[in-house]
Amino acid sequence: MMIFWCLIMNYSGFKIFWEGLTGNKGWKKAWREPNPKKEYDVIIIGGGGHGLSTAYYLSNRFNVNNVAVLEKGWLGSGNIGRNTTIIRSNYLLPENQPFYELSLKLWENLENDTNYNSMVSQRGVLNLFHSDGQRDAFVRRGNAMILSGADANLLNENELKKMCPYLDYQNARFPIKGALLQKRGGTVRHDAVAWGYARGADVKGVDIIQNCEVEGFIIKNGKCVGVETNKGIIKAKKIASCVAGSSSKLMSKAGIRLPIESHVLQAFVSEGLKPVLDNVITFGAGHFYVSQSDKGGLVFGGDIDGYNSYAQRGNLPVVEDVCEGGMAIMPMIGRARLLRMWGGIMDMSMDGSPFIDKTHINGLYFNGGWCYGGFKATPASGYCYAHLLAKDEPHPVARDFKLDRFIKGKIIDEKGQGAQPNLH
Amino acid sequence: MIIQHPDLGPRDSSEFVYKGDAELLFRPKRTENTDQKIFHDYLYLRNNPAGKHCELWYHEYGDRSWLVVTRDTTNHEILKVEHVEDYIKSYKAK
Repeated sequence: MMIFWCLIMNYSGFKIFWEGLTGNKGWKKAWREPNPKKEYDVIIIGGGGHGLSTAYYLSNRFNVNNVAVLEKGWLGSGNIGRNTTIIRSNYLLPENQPFYELSLKLWENLENDTNYNSMVSQRGVLNLFHSDGQRDAFVRRGNAMILSGADANLLNENELKKMCPYLDYQNARFPIKGALLQKRGGTVRHDAVAWGYARGADVKGVDIIQNCEVEGFIIKNGKCVGVETNKGIIKAKKIASCVAGSSSKLMSKAGIRLPIESHVLQAFVSEGLKPVLDNVITFGAGHFYVSQSDKGGLVFGGDIDGYNSYAQRGNLPVVEDVCEGGMAIMPMIGRARLLRMWGGIMDMSMDGSPFIDKTHINGLYFNGGWCYGGFKATPASGYCYAHLLAKDEPHPVARDFKLDRFIKGKIIDEKGQGAQPNLH
Repeated sequence: MIIQHPDLGPRDSSEFVYKGDAELLFRPKRTENTDQKIFHDYLYLRNNPAGKHCELWYHEYGDRSWLVVTRDTTNHEILKVEHVEDYIKSYKAK
């Protein structure tokens, strides 16, 4: 009986079969639309990927169920629906790499975990290199990845040519000499990540409240005890900000200035094509990354526009730059027409690395500063944030993502650019 | 974006390099007893407003002047462009 109940409740092949026989009358909404209660144990501000994953792991792994997720728009309306869907764990620094490797491990089991088809596709991520110096740097990076338990393979030109014969190996300026391959990297259906986490959290009793904007924090004697929203005052023991892109805007309501600038990053998709790209390819001499969606569109992106913005749309110079990057490695891309382009707002931090930390206000927690690498971090960000919220101590792989790391000199700067956010 | 250069007229934003919040012009003075926190706040913290933002643009592919552009970060509308020297003067007059 129990097994039968599971088959009926969960998404499965059997469920589709059963519903087909019974007129498809048993499909329910994936999550409720509750009104906010007066008080919760934890309020998560932001119903995007990271907020929903935090709610999911809090309720499913750390047994904290009296939780609300407050979303000012509709669920997943921010960057979880605007990214280029790439997952990988190919960082260099020891403060970052184990965190992203945890994330990749969580991605690998995400669909079993959430009982939701997120279309996790480990199709491999190729980072092209174009010179001897760059190859050496990639050998070092690959070794750092292997040390953290990740996988990395160095491909020479001939090995790469077998995989991707269409690349411009003879390019006069940036000849392609090989690539660093992470086979376990790939892409995920981004919206389904938000929906799967939302459904999994909702089942455990988490209230997901949409169209609920936080207008202020209630702070008494240095302790945050609740939030003012357009749906009234909601109290909680712990308040967790998770609104990357708008972090400065939200935290300023609590009087906190952050080491963050908001910048716009554009993404692009071409018209639908027959299968041409079966992996993710990134340009090593410029900023360009591309994969092909299951619908056939080439999904690609490049650099941020480089100036402060909350506009969710960018300007033409970067469009030109991104397309030039594509043409430099893959001339065939010039035959495809651009179908859509859009922008998302990034929390660009002062060293290019994120924050998962308590603030100096008791009961107020902060998650943000993901720059333009937030999507791949979604599971680990939620897991480590849930760990911090449940146990009041950081998860070991996220213990360096502190707000006070600049004054302590413990900067995590992958590119060594310094406090110039538009260069990270 | 088109930036109305005070001397050269309308110029494309791609001729410029962006430096960030114009507050960076006002570096704190350092003495023996200056608290490290003052410099930390100056170097690393930003107001990052959604709305009016005074920011530094350097005309690298032009006359190499430093400009302060006042721009709305929610819609990219440019409200004012002035030379850094003029901005500092009017800032101090306030």
